[in-house]
Amino acid sequence: MKLLEYQAKEVLASLGIAIPRGVVARTPEEAAAAFTKLGPVAVKAQVPVGGRGKAGGIKLAKTADEARHAAEQIIGMDIKGFKVALVYCEAALEIEREIYLGFTVDRDARANILMLSAKGGMEIEQVAEESPDAIARLYPNPWRGPLDFELTQLIFDAGLGEHARQLVALIKKLHRAIPDYDALTVEINPLVVTRGGEVVAGDAKLEIDDNAAWRHKDLEQRYGSVIEGDRFEVEAKRRGLTYVSLDGDIGIIGNGAGLCMSTLDLVQRAGGRAANFCDIGGGAKAEVVENALAVILMNPKVKGVLINVFGGITRGDEVAKGIVTARDNLNMKLPLVVRMSGTREEEGRQILQQNGVEPGVSAWEAAKKIVELTGAAVR
Amino acid sequence: MSILLDSSTKVLVQGITGREGSFHTEQMQALGTKVVGGINPGKGGTTHLGVPVFNTVADAVRATGANASGIFVPAPFAADAIMEAAAAGVTLIVCITEGIPIQDMIKVREFLHGYPQARLIGANCPGLITPGQAKIGIIPQRITRPGFVGMVSRSGTLTYEVGSALSAAGMGQSTIVGIGGDPVLGMTFSDVVQLFEKDPATTHLVLIGEIGGSDEEHAAELLARGSRLKAVAFISGRTAPEGKRMGHAGAIISGNRGTAKSKEEAFRNAGVAVAETTDDIVGLLR
Repeated sequence: MKLLEYQAKEVLASLGIAIPRGVVARTPEEAAAAFTKLGPVAVKAQVPVGGRGKAGGIKLAKTADEARHAAEQIIGMDIKGFKVALVYCEAALEIEREIYLGFTVDRDARANILMLSAKGGMEIEQVAEESPDAIARLYPNPWRGPLDFELTQLIFDAGLGEHARQLVALIKKLHRAIPDYDALTVEINPLVVTRGGEVVAGDAKLEIDDNAAWRHKDLEQRYGSVIEGDRFEVEAKRRGLTYVSLDGDIGIIGNGAGLCMSTLDLVQRAGGRAANFCDIGGGAKAEVVENALAVILMNPKVKGVLINVFGGITRGDEVAKGIVTARDNLNMKLPLVVRMSGTREEEGRQILQQNGVEPGVSAWEAAKKIVELTGAAVR
Repeated sequence: MSILLDSSTKVLVQGITGREGSFHTEQMQALGTKVVGGINPGKGGTTHLGVPVFNTVADAVRATGANASGIFVPAPFAADAIMEAAAAGVTLIVCITEGIPIQDMIKVREFLHGYPQARLIGANCPGLITPGQAKIGIIPQRITRPGFVGMVSRSGTLTYEVGSALSAAGMGQSTIVGIGGDPVLGMTFSDVVQLFEKDPATTHLVLIGEIGGSDEEHAAELLARGSRLKAVAFISGRTAPEGKRMGHAGAIISGNRGTAKSKEEAFRNAGVAVAETTDDIVGLLR
């Protein structure tokens, strides 16, 4: 789960990190009221993706009218597929310097990495590309976290020695986001040193591991419902499915992430475009297939569905019966191609054929068939 | 011959009394795997599926001399189960459990530095099978047959699909290793490839990768330095968009990193044939 900026900042504040004063606004009027309370503000779109500044999602307001106008423009905006439902109005800071500070998971090292750079405010990927030496790095021990002397070294390596005392304390607080919240990424960019010498989080990113959701039910309750995503993904999640929306018109169901991904690839290769990724996991139980089909059919763009099931131990005849029942329960009229293999796959194919479902012998044949049936081929 | 696992490996099952643990233990036994015991704290002293149950892995190792373990315990307890196995001296630990928090696995990796003889496969993986001899995990025996192809894969069902195509074409397998789809896992493609290089019974290699991370690229670099194996690679997720996790926690493209294109190029540069679809793998391996 990726938190919104204001939510991430609430978490940082709970860890003892200074954040600017701010107010969440859902309407232009609330943004104008925020100005009255805070003075000059930055009006910032709240979406769980980067690049909102470039997309026009951040505007400065020096009057109440400007704040109202900025909120009018930003609320309802589409930023990388996320509709902006609310803005965060935050008191403008007197900036002396901007620092980058962040923890993230380094997959290659199979460890958390702490990065600190005097070049704050720009994307860290860009800094890494242009001047890799400008980023100081530390792999803290995951059992005990970073030690003071390790942090002191890191801070001097980053050329930020003059702020050493403040930064050691702050980084230790930020690190708590890993053990306390299962943070995969927690980033402050920019970390602002104000003219008054305070160190304040100018922006904040916090991504929490979905695998650890059971340890953080409170967070899910407090924030989960606020983050508005794609409505099909939201519905799929409610039904316990692994589903990702894509922008094509052929619905895809597969069992296993790798098989499902390769099915998308085959559909594209055949000239079609997938509407989604949907992994129903092992077993291919009738109820799960029905749930998956139901979510896919909610999408009005979908012109047909391809199901690709590899049954290791699963029986093909049972899978076939389940698919036919799901289709009938949902009164599905669109083309449906099913490719399945496993024990009793021949019986399974017969059941499909008898019930008017197109069986595919290989995944590639099945992909070509659904593209043909939906007439989606791009010539 | 084979890698990691054969008919003499003494295997424990952590979580043997659970539904999944029971079902797959029976499947493992049906293939002839030497399952010597199971673990369930509190059920020590009982018998399940014809093998003794112990309270702890250390007790089980002491009583049976087991050197491998398959883990089927729920995610909240799986990281501890891995560390328990390593501390008890188990040298092959296979964790099937899905959904273990990444921070737990980062701690496990650090912990395993203290047990260099312990090899971890997974988590969130189908395990491994040496056809005709033994298996730990959930790879169905019926898609395999004994032979000379070493397989290493990040995906479960895709492995079964390719395995069954190879078997149908008469190309049996020495060992199939499913390393798992998580971002922080145990053995990597490179680790497994190095073992296949040393196994005289393995002459061919199939690598099934997917988007995310750079383990495939590292394996390609290793193969580029010289290999006696005839290798074919397949990468799923060519059409996956950036920033979306495709089912597996590890299957995500961020920026230019982890794309199918970069992985396929790395393999081609290493002289490894790249299959466009899984159907092409058999032909390229001939």
